[in-house]
Amino acid sequence: MSGVSGVSVSSGADGAVVLAGAAGKAGGDCLSANDWICAEYVRSRSQELTDATVEHVGITVVSVLLALLIAFPLALAARRWQRAYGPVLGLTTVLYTVPSLAMYALLLPLFGVGAAVVVTGLVLYSLTVLVRNILAGLESVPEEAREAARGMGYGPFKLLSGVELPLALPALMAGVRIATVSAVALTTVGAIVGFGGLGNLIYDGMDSFFRAQVLTASVICVLLAVLADVLLLGLQRLLTPWVRSGRRARRRRGRAAGRTEPSDGVGAAGGGGGASSAGGTGGVPVTAGKGA
Amino acid sequence: MGFFLDAWTWLTTGANWTGGEGVTHRLTEHLYLTVVCLAIACAVALPVALWLGHVGRGGALAVNISNAGRAVPTFAVLVLLTLSPLGKHGDLPTIIALVLFALPPLLTNSYVGMREADRDVVEAARGMGMSGWQLLARVEVPLAFPLIMTGVRSAAVQVVATATLAALPGGGGLGRIITAGFGTYDTPQVVAGAALVAALALLVEGVLVVAERLMDPMRRRRRSRRQQSRSTPKGFDEKVIPAQTTA
Repeated sequence: MSGVSGVSVSSGADGAVVLAGAAGKAGGDCLSANDWICAEYVRSRSQELTDATVEHVGITVVSVLLALLIAFPLALAARRWQRAYGPVLGLTTVLYTVPSLAMYALLLPLFGVGAAVVVTGLVLYSLTVLVRNILAGLESVPEEAREAARGMGYGPFKLLSGVELPLALPALMAGVRIATVSAVALTTVGAIVGFGGLGNLIYDGMDSFFRAQVLTASVICVLLAVLADVLLLGLQRLLTPWVRSGRRARRRRGRAAGRTEPSDGVGAAGGGGGASSAGGTGGVPVTAGKGA
Repeated sequence: MGFFLDAWTWLTTGANWTGGEGVTHRLTEHLYLTVVCLAIACAVALPVALWLGHVGRGGALAVNISNAGRAVPTFAVLVLLTLSPLGKHGDLPTIIALVLFALPPLLTNSYVGMREADRDVVEAARGMGMSGWQLLARVEVPLAFPLIMTGVRSAAVQVVATATLAALPGGGGLGRIITAGFGTYDTPQVVAGAALVAALALLVEGVLVVAERLMDPMRRRRRSRRQQSRSTPKGFDEKVIPAQTTA
């Protein structure tokens, strides 16, 4: 164990030495040569990169959390009152269709130049995915489970918090993952109003033809999205331990019965909304990403 | 609200619609980019997805590619392509980016649609002696049609949105009205351009929804089934219904 980690450390150090050597030999020339990959850029502008990343993460997290706070009552209202169902889904779908640049531009006169424009835009986008997935999750709760809970004397609130929400959690988390990953990518467009996190660096780099800055910021942005997805997947596993043990038990039972599970791998996406909910007008296939 | 009135005034001023920077020209550019790139993306993605769905392979790829498409910022790709040597060839970086971002929804939705085509029906068709091609063209694609069209629709909306962003690195399209407005601190123009883009996106979506209804090869059957299932009690297994109606 210790030997393995030792090797990886030393190879990492070698890599750093090689990079430093290249930078030393070129004398930071990759900056003046305008190379795509430039260690000198990362070293000399690390503070700028950190600030941009922090702003990026901040905007994304605030947006998704706000969207969750708004999506819950909306989804519950749409379920409670049949008349609200169509308008709620329709409105969020219309909002999702509006391109990001236009969304920020339309919000500009309402909020003025500031982070609020970007955050509001991202909240509106996230609402579509979240409302739809919360509804799909609540609809996937078996009627028998509801009946059993009612029979045990559960009131409407306890039914929701104790039975329906836990069972809807996989679909909800699938929605949160999609919303977060999209928000990380869409934050970059906020550069148009000066609050785009890493997008600001891309925007500046575009104007000054600074290749290293554009590539570095883009790569960090993709890494952020992947990291967020992995973290949320881990959170989902922690919150819903019964999903995995149930699946394992089912597989064992299937094997014992001598038949193979249908291996389509798509339809059964972690209890997500399933492709049927993509049949609406939003066009976001709510297939829970199994990736990463 | 004053800004929105000013935006309306901007939109109703004839001078803003004519010339190289005018709305008419930008709208033509935008529509041209959208149609060309959507056509290329469909020509590339649909055969691949339909074939993969038919033989039932590559599911992980088809699904994960749409997750990857979501994680990559469109704006970053547009700028990267513009700064690359490709940037010297006019609209080429824009077209490449537009096609790239149209592929994931097309691939994923078509694949899922093909795989979710009722297996019993597919097996029955095979039992009737249909060949692979007949199965694909007469059974699986008609059954998958709604999801294929959902893919086309989200790809179209994605293309319209990406084409707007293409204005930032200097491409054409309606986004140029917005960026030009930002450049001159002309908020009414920014809002007017944004309203035009939003209207175009909604229009494209609406047109494709109508097209789907009209072109659906199974629209009669689907409608009658929907009415039937509405009359069945809740919790009744819907999968039983087709067996009754096939008589």
